[in-house]
This record gives sequence, structure tokens and C-alpha cells, in this order.
Amino acid sequence: MTAGLSMFEKIWRRHTILEREDGAVLLHVGRHLVHDGTAAAFHSLAERGLPLRRPDRTFGTPDHYVPTATRDLATVTAPGRREMIESFEASAANLGFTAFGLRDHRQGIIHVIGPEQGITQPGLVIVCGDSHTATHGALGALAFGIGSSEVAHVLATQTLWQAKPRAMRITVTGALAAGVAAKDLILAIIARIGAGGGTGHVIEYAGPAIAALSIEARLTLCNMSIEAGARAGMVAPDDTTYAYLKGRPFAPAGAAWDQALAYWRSLPSDPGAAFDHEVTLDAGAIGPMVTWGLSPETAVPVAGAVPDPAAEPDEERRAGMRHALDYMGLAPGTPMTEIPVDRVFIGSCTNSRIEDLRAAAAVVAGRRVRVPAMVVPGSGLVKAQAEAEGLDRIFIAAGMEWRYAGCSMCVGMNGDIVAPGERCASTSNRNFAGRQGRLARTHLVSPAMAAAAALDGHFIDVRGIMKEL
Amino acid sequence: MEAFRRLEAVAVPLDLPNIDTDQIIPARFLWRPRATGYGGLLFNDLRYEPDGSEAADFVLNQPRYAGAKILLAERNFGCGSSREQAVWALYDYGFRAVIAPSFGDIFYNNCCKQGVLPVVLPEAEVIALRAALASSNAATVTVDLERQSVEGPAGFKTGFEIAAFRRRQLLDGLDDVALTMALIEAIAAFEAEYDRDLPWLAAGQALH
Repeated sequence: MTAGLSMFEKIWRRHTILEREDGAVLLHVGRHLVHDGTAAAFHSLAERGLPLRRPDRTFGTPDHYVPTATRDLATVTAPGRREMIESFEASAANLGFTAFGLRDHRQGIIHVIGPEQGITQPGLVIVCGDSHTATHGALGALAFGIGSSEVAHVLATQTLWQAKPRAMRITVTGALAAGVAAKDLILAIIARIGAGGGTGHVIEYAGPAIAALSIEARLTLCNMSIEAGARAGMVAPDDTTYAYLKGRPFAPAGAAWDQALAYWRSLPSDPGAAFDHEVTLDAGAIGPMVTWGLSPETAVPVAGAVPDPAAEPDEERRAGMRHALDYMGLAPGTPMTEIPVDRVFIGSCTNSRIEDLRAAAAVVAGRRVRVPAMVVPGSGLVKAQAEAEGLDRIFIAAGMEWRYAGCSMCVGMNGDIVAPGERCASTSNRNFAGRQGRLARTHLVSPAMAAAAALDGHFIDVRGIMKEL
Repeated sequence: MEAFRRLEAVAVPLDLPNIDTDQIIPARFLWRPRATGYGGLLFNDLRYEPDGSEAADFVLNQPRYAGAKILLAERNFGCGSSREQAVWALYDYGFRAVIAPSFGDIFYNNCCKQGVLPVVLPEAEVIALRAALASSNAATVTVDLERQSVEGPAGFKTGFEIAAFRRRQLLDGLDDVALTMALIEAIAAFEAEYDRDLPWLAAGQALH
């Protein structure tokens, strides 16, 4: 009798073209996603005089460099930005792949529109020149970020040379409490296993707390797998997945749907499938989280405090903590709820979908924010949906800015940046030094927690506000 | 790609863990073409004050480490964003090898595509090498990929592991794309079967 296979192993085998004696595996790529930071790879393809091998398997949108205050490119005057957007759209036209351009109502963050359009599907190897590609694993795909040289290789050959990663399973028991989001769950996981805890691994998230999550919550969860160092994160497809996919523009229909469904149903890990590492968490023990440092692994419960480096026995870690506290302008022992917030950003491939915006709107409805706050939907379709539901009017009435779709202040490449020394409560994925702008101070939180911080001007347990509603 | 065989060069220690690729090369520089050179932008926000002057306490600005080609880093070096410009910046500055207890996976792969050797050593060995460098006037380390060894001052010597295909790629300076294009018939045969078995992947194409 053969041992059961994990979902990762099944997808890996389905996409293996050949394996060399030295361990390198040539993998077929089912879907290749590209964006306006892909210019160097398009350039490399052109330099080699090679065609795009599979325009029908390549999909893209400009997201990193796009303005969010307007769709008028004439207003983009900073060096490089406009050229990156225009060069992306020219590449799409020349090479003939499906692109949702700046003026297309479906444009958005590539990791939002892949699932939204049904381009992301279970059982596929999906790659993109962006580390948050793990997002797409929420639908049961094996999705991972690659560098520019690898992107050029995929453009030319629709394949990648890979070493086989190891498999890790994170089982989450129990259920998340009201007011506790997928963002809090993934921050708690990263705090537990560390920013390098998943290095070299593909993580499968499993257990009743995961099965109970919506697809959008699973997208948030898988999105930040890279912040635990993992190559990819994935959740087994189930009826929630199929209901989400049905009817989406690039999803199969009719007889093709039934054929796809048969494949998708074969994907979940077999009983007895082997994992190199297993981790178990209780969802019920997790509360709203806030980061204090320069790595997502520095997440603590909002009821907690900034830790004291003096209590850290490891010398390297102690030095890292001191460096982080100095950069963040924080003193050891400060309760998280006493940290003032200068600015709030709600958006990014982690938290810019309709459920995220609904959660934030529920908190600010009928109130006024105390600090500048910006809401950036993940796609034009999310924006339209939010406007149909009246969420835009709630945000604007609360004193928040309502923007066009893009990566925006998560990475600041379009000019939406946090000023030096400013402290930002952000629903994005990275609190790295300088990530949101030089000397910017980032604290990662869920959309509801970001909205609560905007109202209070400090971090506050959103569950207290929710009781008042 | 430039081949890597053996390198004897000044090694510079960078003691902080979790140095992400945003710190190696901030996002605001990523639109620049490779040909414009990235060496001057390496570690920009650590290396320069906001007014553009050199940050005196940053290790790359210390004369002792002038001409360094080997970076001795801490755990989870190169985590975060997939930006290959992080390796461009290291390469253009002059680095050809990075030694650390662990690396971000994508950064590690990107190094191998650019002729920069990533060397994984156990944390204790990295600490020992750092101590050997600190205790010696010489800041020179030798990294030998053929023998898979690292030698430093004060008799420091150890071996390291690297996947056979990555070792060969770096030793020969092989170009991946050219290598794979030679296999294009096998790829086409695979694709024909894959497209037949997963025909629904064509869905939606007719709309566009």
C-alpha cells in the first residue's frame, strides 16, 4: 500500500515535466501572472529574441505604480512611474496576453483580480514575479513568487527549474472569536513559528477553523505565508471554493465545470499524507493582533505590551529588538493601546477585498476618524461593489479618503507614502524599515483594527467598539 | 552569467537578523533600468543619512571593509519581496558571495541566477567566523565552491552544502533559458497532454 499524498505533492507531480539526476525538477506553469514591475523580464525576453510561449496562460494588470487619487496618467510626473505603467501595457499589446489595463474597470492588484476573475483555480501551479503570489493558494493552487530571471524563463518556456520544497501542515482547531479576523490568525501563526519558520516549505493550512473561513479570509491567510518565510501557503478546495468560483469569467462552465470539479475534488491531501513539519494552534485563543517591530513576527495581542529586549537571552535577537525599538520610537513595556497612531491605511493584496472593506465600514459607520485615513480597494470591481453597498459614503462621511485600486501605501511605489517618523496602522503585510516610506513606522493590523485605530487615534481592541454598535 | 569557482576577498559582517530586500534596495529605486547601475543604491537607507551623507556607523562605510566581496549576514537574510534588484545591488557593489545561517527562498534563487553564491552555514559557524574576523587584522575570507569550503582568519575552516544543480549552474555560469530551450520538444509534448487533460483552462479566453 502506498502512503497518502499531500495536496502539494499531487499538484507538484501533475506539473512535473522531468526530474534531473541532480534533483532539479522542470515544472510546467499553469497560470503566469504579470504586473507593472515585470519590465526587466519582458526586456530580457526581447533581448533574447524569443516569443512569449503561452499568451493564453499569461494574465496581467498594472498595480504597483498606478496612481490611486486619479486614473489620469498625465498627473503622474515622478520619474519612472508612468513609464512602468505604459511599458507594461505596451508589452501586453505586443505579446498578446490578457491584460486589465489602467482604464479597464477590472484593473486592480494582481493577487485580488486573479481569484476575482476565476483565473486562479485549484490544482494549478501559479507563479508571479511578486512574493505575495502565495495568496492564490487559498483556492487550492500551488502558487509562489519568483524573481525577475525566473519570470523571463517562464515567459520564454512556460516552465521553471525548482528544487522540491518540504511540506508543513498548520492545523488550526476551534473557531475564531467575533472581531478576530484571518489577519489576526496569520499574524499569530507568524509570531509562533517566526519570520523564517516556513523557509523552504509549502504550508498547508488545515483544520476546522480554516474550513470555516470564507475564500476572502483564506486569501488573507495564504497571502502572508511568505512573511513566515514559506514558498507557498494553501488551503484544500471544498464546497466554499467551488461556490466562489462558479460563474466567474475565466472559470469553466457547463460540461467543462463538471470535468474541472472532478479534478479539483481529487486534490485534498489523502489521510496519512506525510508532512515534514506539523504545527497546531487553537483559534479560540487568538485575539486581535498588532505588530511592534520591523518584522511581522513581532505581532502581539492588542492587550499586550512592547517587549523588553533585556529579557531576551539571545544576543543577536536582543540587538535586533533594540534596533527595531529605536527605529519605531517605542519604549519597552508600553501597552499597545497607549501607542498613538498618526495615519491609517486600509488596502493591499492582504486586506482590500469587499469583506475587508465591510469590516472596516462597520466600525467607522456614523463616526469620525481622528487621523488621516485612506481606503484603497483591491480592484475596480471591489470598488464598484463597495459603492453599490454604500461603503464609500460611510468612509467619506467618517472623514476617510476613498481611492482607486492599486498596491498604494503598502509599498509606496506609486508615491502614496507615509512621512518620515509618522506611525501608520496598516492592513498591509510588511512592517519592514522604510517599507511605506523612508523612516515610516508601520504597525500591521486587521481592517477592523485599523478602522478602530483611526477613530481612537491609538490602538484599541475593536471588540470594545463592536459592543457599542 | 559570471561563473563562481573560488573567491578570496574581504568579508564584511552585517549583524542584524531578518534583513529584508526592502532594506537591501528600497522600492523607490526599482523602476531604474539595470544598466544605470545599482551598486550606489545598495542598503541606501542604512548607508546614507536622509541628507545624503554617509552614515558613519554603517559597516560598509568603514575603511577596514573597503573592496569587500563577501557579506557575512544573519538569519533570514533577503526575506520579503521577490525583487531581483536586491541581488543586482549586491552584485553591482562588488559582492559575489553572501554567508548566512538562512536566506529568504526567493532571494536565494535570485542569487544563483546572477552569479552570487549564497552560502548557508549553521548559526554557530557564522558566529565563530564573525568572531574570527573581529579578532584578526585581516578581514579576508576564502569561499571555494568546487571544494564547498569556507576558510577565514584564526584557522577558521568549514564545509557547506548546496544543491548539486545550483552548484553546477554557478560553477559553469550557465544560462537557464538557453538550457531549457534545448528541451523544448519535451516541454511541448507535456503541454499537449496537459492541455488535453485540463481543457477548461481555455475558459474565458473567447471573451477577450
